[in-house]
Amino acid sequence: MSKIKVENLTKVFGKKPNRALSLLSEDKSKAEILEKTGLTVGVNKASFEVQDGEIFVIMGLSGSGKSTLVRLLNRLIEPTQGSVYLNGNDLATVDQKTLRNIRRKDMSMVFQKFGLFPFRTILSNVEYGLEIQGVDKKQRTEKAMESLKLVGLEGYENKYPDELSGGMQQRVGLARAFANDSDVLLMDEAFSALDPLIRKDMQDELLDLQETMKKTIIFITHDLDEALRIGDRITIMKDGKIVQIGTPEEILTNPADEYVEKFVEDVDRSKVYTASNVMMRPETVQPEREGPRVALQRMRENGISSIFAVKRNRELIGIVDASDVRKLVDEKQDDLTSAIKMDALKVVEMDTPVNDVIELTAETSYPIAVLENGKLRGIIIRSSILAALSGKEVNLDD
Amino acid sequence: MTEAIPRIPLDEWTRSVVDWMTNADFIFDSIEQVISWILQGLYWGMDLVPALLFIAILTAVTYFFAGRKIGLTAFVFFGLLLIVNLGFWDDMITMLSLILAATILSIVIGVPIGIWMAKNNTVEAIVKPILDFMQTMPAFVYLIPAVAFFGIGMEPGVIASVIFGMPPTIRLTNLGIREVSTEAIEAADAFGSTGTQKLFKVQLPMAKTTIMAGVNQTIMLSLSMVVIASMIGADGLGDIVYTAVGRNDVGSGFEAGLAIVVVAIILDRLTAGFGLRKRKS
Repeated sequence: MSKIKVENLTKVFGKKPNRALSLLSEDKSKAEILEKTGLTVGVNKASFEVQDGEIFVIMGLSGSGKSTLVRLLNRLIEPTQGSVYLNGNDLATVDQKTLRNIRRKDMSMVFQKFGLFPFRTILSNVEYGLEIQGVDKKQRTEKAMESLKLVGLEGYENKYPDELSGGMQQRVGLARAFANDSDVLLMDEAFSALDPLIRKDMQDELLDLQETMKKTIIFITHDLDEALRIGDRITIMKDGKIVQIGTPEEILTNPADEYVEKFVEDVDRSKVYTASNVMMRPETVQPEREGPRVALQRMRENGISSIFAVKRNRELIGIVDASDVRKLVDEKQDDLTSAIKMDALKVVEMDTPVNDVIELTAETSYPIAVLENGKLRGIIIRSSILAALSGKEVNLDD
Repeated sequence: MTEAIPRIPLDEWTRSVVDWMTNADFIFDSIEQVISWILQGLYWGMDLVPALLFIAILTAVTYFFAGRKIGLTAFVFFGLLLIVNLGFWDDMITMLSLILAATILSIVIGVPIGIWMAKNNTVEAIVKPILDFMQTMPAFVYLIPAVAFFGIGMEPGVIASVIFGMPPTIRLTNLGIREVSTEAIEAADAFGSTGTQKLFKVQLPMAKTTIMAGVNQTIMLSLSMVVIASMIGADGLGDIVYTAVGRNDVGSGFEAGLAIVVVAIILDRLTAGFGLRKRKS
């Protein structure tokens, strides 16, 4: 079920923003509109749906409108046009009181520079959301302690924000957002201010928490690695416009345009790719109906020194070496079976991460077989991994 | 050529405005009444405490609330003893009531105006030049309408001190609130604070240090008004200085002047200490 549905959401900064709307509907670019009207287009007709319990990442460079977009969702910035449906309610049109209630109960936000209140203790920072709802002291302390425990900050409740490290401060920000028990979490570059190691820990922790909490998370980032690590789906924005929405794999393997392509160019693919992304079409021989001569001929044609033996239904039997097959031919044997070897062969599944495959390539001199339900789907040789990691297309179909 | 243009009768206009305003006597009378109550209350309260006990309390307060500085604490103790020794204690209390009354009024009026300025750019654009005007107009000039509306005595002295001393409180309240980080404001909004909650739970606490700096300035400016206010009949240490000037009496002029300096330093350090006071960790 879709939790949040955004339709045609648009923000134009400046006076009399309506002047830009008609230009936008004519598909004029951000730069053209700035030149003609002096107005800045923050977000340009964004539409998307976020599923319940999904981590939806919005990614873009600075100035792409991603931070504006997330603020339009809880109306920290008033939309110029469009709708934001949360559980069927259009947030863009509700009155201030309803909006306040939604902010209190249904949506929480985590900020890039944490947005903590320096004069309040950690505990009272976490309590803030409940305090303004008028929850009584005992109950909100209990709830706040619970959330602090969740993020691993027990024992720090009486400290002040400036006594904590950046990573810990952001945990407080998370705890504050959790304390409200809202279903939707808006995270604006939540980990961007942290150093890389801490950032990775926080990402893992968020994923762990998400396992049990199943919140609907909208996560803003400019870091593609981060997006790929935590996102169930990723949206890429450019100049206020959504360029592509897709799963991490779709974005990597099938970039919508040059912009996305450039974006994903220098990503560390070994973390995202699986065996299925780097495998090649295998050359095979079927011992059930083909003999040593055919096998030798096929290897010679393709310039390879070994070939996979499969059954008719492509179930893997093993591999045969060119030298063994030659011996059989010399001995005028018609059956390949005696040359088939299985023990030296390394086998992986379609979804084995490329990182693991790389390790295996060091242990065998044969290509690695990629199986799906025992059937041979492809093979991986070292050069195909390198080609895939460097961003070149691996040819599966020739 | 300059003679061709008739002189603009600014003085005439001002006079008639002030004359016309004296018609609203009942307003000024009630204002005067309120100020008089505040003054009497403060004087009565401080006079109730014996001088030595007062000194002991203030010394303790200085030590515990202004950063546990031994030197400052000693200064407060011996400085106040010196004032007792010189026989100025009662005059000092009178002067202190005037300053505190002016400060209280400045905060009560100034902080809300500062908040309003911070929330509304138009108000800021209007109030800022008025503040400039209030601060640069020579302080003596305020004495004239003050006397016209409130007669002579302590009350017009308080009024003149408020007009002269309030601008820093307004300015720094405005500045302090505007300086609160956008993320803190966004956080307050994103969790569903009402405007009032945001003001009292986030903006004012975060602006506290800056606002206290403004209050500190206000106190210092009020102090500088005490001698001037004595010209329209305000009692206290300022009156002693004023009289000494009239009699060309260097000795008592210096004594009273020194006592004012001691009070000024104590008030300055104490309020600065409160402003910077860190939490109890």
